[in-house]
Amino acid sequence: MGCTAERVAEALRAVARVVAEHREELVRLDREIGDGDHGENLNRGFTALVSKLDGDVPGTPGAVLKSAATTLISVVGGAAGPLYGTAFLRAATSVGDAAELDAGAVAGALRAALEGVVARGKAAVGDKTMVDALTPAVAAASSVAATGGDVAGVLAAAAEAAEQGAESTVPLVARKGRASYLGERSAGHLDPGARSTALLLRTLAGSAR
Amino acid sequence: MIGLVVVSHSGTLADGVAELAGQMAPDVRIVPSGGDGSGGLGTDYLAVAEAISQADTGDGVVVLFDLGSAKMVAEMAAEESAGEVLVVDAPLVEGAVAAAVAAQGDAGLPQVAAAASGAASVGAESVGSSAEPETARTPEAADGSTVDSVSAEVLLTNEVGLHARPAALVARSLTGLDARVVVRFGDQEADATSVLALMGLGAPGGGRVEVTATGPDAPEALRRVTALAARDFDE
Ligand SMILES: Nc1ncnc2c1ncn2[C@@H]1O[C@H](COP(=O)(O)OP(=O)(O)OP(=O)(O)O)[C@@H](O)[C@H]1O
Ligand SMILES: [Mg+2]
Repeated sequence: MGCTAERVAEALRAVARVVAEHREELVRLDREIGDGDHGENLNRGFTALVSKLDGDVPGTPGAVLKSAATTLISVVGGAAGPLYGTAFLRAATSVGDAAELDAGAVAGALRAALEGVVARGKAAVGDKTMVDALTPAVAAASSVAATGGDVAGVLAAAAEAAEQGAESTVPLVARKGRASYLGERSAGHLDPGARSTALLLRTLAGSAR
Repeated sequence: MIGLVVVSHSGTLADGVAELAGQMAPDVRIVPSGGDGSGGLGTDYLAVAEAISQADTGDGVVVLFDLGSAKMVAEMAAEESAGEVLVVDAPLVEGAVAAAVAAQGDAGLPQVAAAASGAASVGAESVGSSAEPETARTPEAADGSTVDSVSAEVLLTNEVGLHARPAALVARSLTGLDARVVVRFGDQEADATSVLALMGLGAPGGGRVEVTATGPDAPEALRRVTALAARDFDE
C-alpha cells in the first residue's frame, strides 16, 4: 500500500507531537555539549509546520515534504534548520510528483535526505552529528526496500538503525557543529541531532504501520 | 560595487562589525544580519536572505559569517538569491574590513572574496616580529641594478600615524595601478594595498616610514602615497 500526501502530513503531525514531548530531553542533551536550543528550535519549527498543514495539505507527498522544508528552513534556525530543511527539500525532489510513495520511493527519499545533509554540513560518519544516525538508517532502509519490504518495513528498519547510530555517538569526540569546540569534553554525551533524527524516524515508522 | 553581508548569531556583533568595516568604506553597502529574529542569539534565514538582496547593487555580494551554522544558513540563502553571492570563510572582523576596503576600491567579486579570506594571513604576517631578510625591498636584476623601483622616506605628520583611516586611504589610493608598493617601518614591512598589514606596522604620528614602489606605475603610486601623507591624510 502506498503512502499518500494525507498520510505524509499525518506522519509529520505525529513528529511534531513527539518533538514537543521530547523538547526538554533534546534541550538537556544540547545543553551538555552545545547551547541548549535544539529542542526549542525543533519544537518551534514543527509547531509552525502543523499550523501550516492545518490550513492546507498540499496535493502530493512531494509537495508536503517541500512545504515542510520551507517552514523548517525559515523557522527552526541553528544548525538543525538548514540541515533538516535541506533533508526535506532533497526528499521532496527525490519523490517528484508521485501521488503515492512505495517502499523504494521512501528509501530513495531517505537517501536523498542524507545526501542533502552531507552536502550542507560536510559531516562524515564518526563526527558525532545527525549523520551518524541517518547513514545507517539509509543503508537499512535500502536493503529492506531491495528485498521486497513494504513502506512500514523500510521505516521500521531505518528507525532501528538510527537509534543504534545515535547511541554510537556517545563515546565520540565531536568534529562538526558547536560541540566540536569542546574537543575531548564532548565525549560521553549523546548528540542531540542524532537523537532527534532517531526520534523522527521512529515516529514515521509508527505512523506507517 | 560589491556589497557585504555580515551574518552573526549576535545582532550586536553583526552591527558592530558592519560599523567598523563601514568606517573604511563609506560607499559600500554593508548589511548586518544578526540574531534569531526575535531578540535572541541565533540566525534567521529570511533575514539573511533579505540582507543579501539589500546589499546587492547588481554587481554581487560577499557574505561573511561567525559560527559554522551561520555558514549553512548563509549558503542556503546564497543559493536562493537571484544575484551572484559568495559565502566566504574568513575571520569575521579582519575579513569584513579587508573586504570592505577592496569593495570600496571597486574590486570585483572574486577579489573582494579573496581580500576577506586572505585577511587572516595578512594580519599574521604584519604582526610577525621582523620581515625575512631575503624579502628584498627592491627586486634586483641579475646585474645588481634595481628594476624600475622608486622609493621615498615619508614623515607621518598627522596625529594618529598609519592608523585605520589613513591606512585605508593609502590602500584605496593604489587601486587600479600596476605597482607593488611596500611600506617599511623599523624592521617590518607591509604591502600598501593591505589595510590590515599597514595598520599592523603600528607606525605612529611623528614616525618615519619608507615607501618603495615597483612596476610600471611605480612613480604614480609613490606620488599618490606621498601626497596623502603631505596632506596629513586629510585629517
Ligand atoms: N555540520 C554539521 N553536519 C551535520 N550535522 C550537524 C552539523 N552541525 C551540527 N549538526 C547537528 O546539529 C545538532 C545541533 O542542532 P541545533 O539546532 O542545536 O543547532 P546549533 O548547533 O545550536 O546551531 P547554532 O550554532 O546556530 O545555535 C547537532 O547535535 C548535530 O547533530
Ligand atoms: Mg544548539
